[in-house]
Amino acid sequence: MTKNQNWKRLAAAGIASLTVFGSSLAAQDELPSREEMWAIIQKQQEQINALLERVDTTETKLVETEQEIEVTAGKVETTASFVEGYVSSGAASGGSASAAERTHLGGYGELHYNFGKADSADFHRWVLFLDHAFNDDIRFVSEVELEHSIAGDGQPGEIELEQAYVEFDLNDTDTAKAGIFLVPVGILNETHEPATFYGVERNNVEKNIIPTTWWEGGVAYRHTNDSGWAFDAAAHTGLFAPTSGSKAFNIRSGRQKVGSAEASDGAITTRATYSGTPGLQVGFSAQYQTDIAQGTLAESIDATLVSAHADYQRGGFGLRALYARWDLGGAAPGINGADEQFGYYIEPSYRFATEAGDVGFFARYSVYDNYAGSASNTEDAFFDIGMNYWPIENVVFKWDVQFTDYANSAKDEEIINIGVGYHF
Amino acid sequence: MNLNTPRLTSLALAAAMAFAYSTFGDTPDEEVYLAPESFVAESFDGASPKPSVLWITNELKPDIQKILGHDYPALRVRYWKDKERTAWILEEIGKVKPITVGIVVEDGRITRLKVLIYRESHGWEVKHSFFTNQFTDAELTEKLRLNKNIDGISGATLSVNALKRLGRLALFLHQQALR
Repeated sequence: MTKNQNWKRLAAAGIASLTVFGSSLAAQDELPSREEMWAIIQKQQEQINALLERVDTTETKLVETEQEIEVTAGKVETTASFVEGYVSSGAASGGSASAAERTHLGGYGELHYNFGKADSADFHRWVLFLDHAFNDDIRFVSEVELEHSIAGDGQPGEIELEQAYVEFDLNDTDTAKAGIFLVPVGILNETHEPATFYGVERNNVEKNIIPTTWWEGGVAYRHTNDSGWAFDAAAHTGLFAPTSGSKAFNIRSGRQKVGSAEASDGAITTRATYSGTPGLQVGFSAQYQTDIAQGTLAESIDATLVSAHADYQRGGFGLRALYARWDLGGAAPGINGADEQFGYYIEPSYRFATEAGDVGFFARYSVYDNYAGSASNTEDAFFDIGMNYWPIENVVFKWDVQFTDYANSAKDEEIINIGVGYHF
Repeated sequence: MNLNTPRLTSLALAAAMAFAYSTFGDTPDEEVYLAPESFVAESFDGASPKPSVLWITNELKPDIQKILGHDYPALRVRYWKDKERTAWILEEIGKVKPITVGIVVEDGRITRLKVLIYRESHGWEVKHSFFTNQFTDAELTEKLRLNKNIDGISGATLSVNALKRLGRLALFLHQQALR
C-alpha cells in the first residue's frame, strides 16, 4: 500500500468522523458554526505557512553562517601563515632584519680569584664572537678577546684576534676555510667556553704543551662521514720559538698570534676524530713544522707534535684524558732539554641534575715537562679537585683546589681558585 | 722537504678554489636530509593523514616556555595524526641557525626522531642516527623532562641541547593533541 492510499483512507475516515461529529455539534448552539470553523482552519493554515517560511529562512541563514565561519577560518589560517612568513623572513622590520639575522653576536667570559702564595683577582677573558652568514654555504667567523681586562703599554692584558676566517660548505660532508683559525689539536683549543670544562683555570698540559689557545693563519679542510669520523688537514703559519734565554725553544713562547708573523716556515696539521658513539670522542692530531726558529739559526729546528685525547660522557660520568708530545730536531734544543716536551692528564668527573641546576665534581692529575730531554728532573705535576655548578647551561660557577708538585719543590703551593663564567 | 708558507698556502688556496668552483654551482641552499613530506609519509606507512593544527593558546604557553626557555615562534603547529600516533615537524636554534627535526610520538613515547634540515656548521654529529637513535622510547616526565639520559657529543653541546628540547616539546604537544 502506497503512502498516498494510506492518506486517502485516513482522510475518508476523518471526513466520516467529522460528519458524525459535525451533526452532533450542530445540535449544540454554543459551538462555532461550520463557516467559523473553516475560517479558524484557514487562519491556522496561514500561521503554519508563515512558520514554515521562517524555518526556511533560518535554515538558509544557518548554512550561510557555516559558510562564513569556514571562510573566516581560512582567512585566519592565511593570516597566521602570512604573519609567520613575514616574521621569519624579517620583512617585519622593512627587510633589514634578514641581513641582521644572518649576523650573529656571541661571547663568553670568565672572572677568576686565585688564592695561593699570592692572591689575585682577574677578569681573565672577555670574548666577543661576530659571525656573518653571506648565504647558507659561505660564512665569516671571528673572535676578539680582551685578556686580563686592561690592555696597553705596561698593562697586564692584551686584545687579540683569535679567529677570523671565511668558511665554505662544499657539500654535505666537506668544508674549507681560510683565514685565522684555531689549530685543530687537543680538547680545549677549539672548544673552551668556561661552561664546557672543569676547573677555574685551563689545565696546564694543554696550556704549556699544545699550547692552547693557539691560532694560526692559513687554509684548512674538513671531511666528515656518516659513521662519525671527521678528518682535518690544515696548512698554516708556524711557531717562532725563542732560541736563547730561559724560554729557549719553549713551545708556548713560540706563538706569534699571527701579528706580522714570521712566515718563512709554515706547518701542516692533520687530525682524525671519532664521535660515532654518543658520549665518546677520541682524537689524534699530528703536526710538522720545518723550522720553529724561522730561519734565524744556521740549522733548521724542525718540530713534530703528536697528541691523542679521549672525552667520554656516559650518564653523569665523565672522563677526559690527553697526551701530547713535541720532538724538536737540530742540536740547539738539546742544550736545555727542550728537544723533548710532553704532557698528559686524566680527569674523571661526575655531573648530576638538581632542582636548582646541575652540579659536577672532578679530579685531575696532570704532568708536563717542557725540558724532558734534559738529564735533570724538570717534570711538574698537579693534582686538582673541585666542582662546577651550572644554574643554567650557559652560566657556571667553579671552585677548585690545586696541589702542586714542581720539580723545584721550593715553588710548591696549594691554590684555591674560584671563578664564574658564561657564554651566549 | 721545503715547506715554505707562501708556496704551501698559495698551492692549498688554489686547490680549495678549484674545488669550490667545481662544486658550488649546483649546491643546494641548505642540507636537506629528508624532505618533511617524505618524513610524514614514511611515518604513516606511506599514507599521510590530513594535517591537523594545534593552536599555541595562552594555556599552553607557560609549559612550552618551560621546555624551550622561550616562546614557540609560531601561532600554531601543524601535525599529522592517526589513532595514537602523531608526527611533528619542529624547529629550534642550535647555536645560530634553526635545526628542522621530524618527530613521531606513539602512546606518549618517541618512536622516531630525525634531523631533516641542518644549517649549522658545527655539531654535525647530531644529524646522524648514532646520535638520534637515543631518543627512541623516551617519555615525558611530570616535570616535562625526558625520562632517559641522552649522551651528548663533545663540542656539539648546543645542537644536542636543541634536539633534547624538541624531543620534550613533541611529547608535550602530543599530549595536548590527544586530549
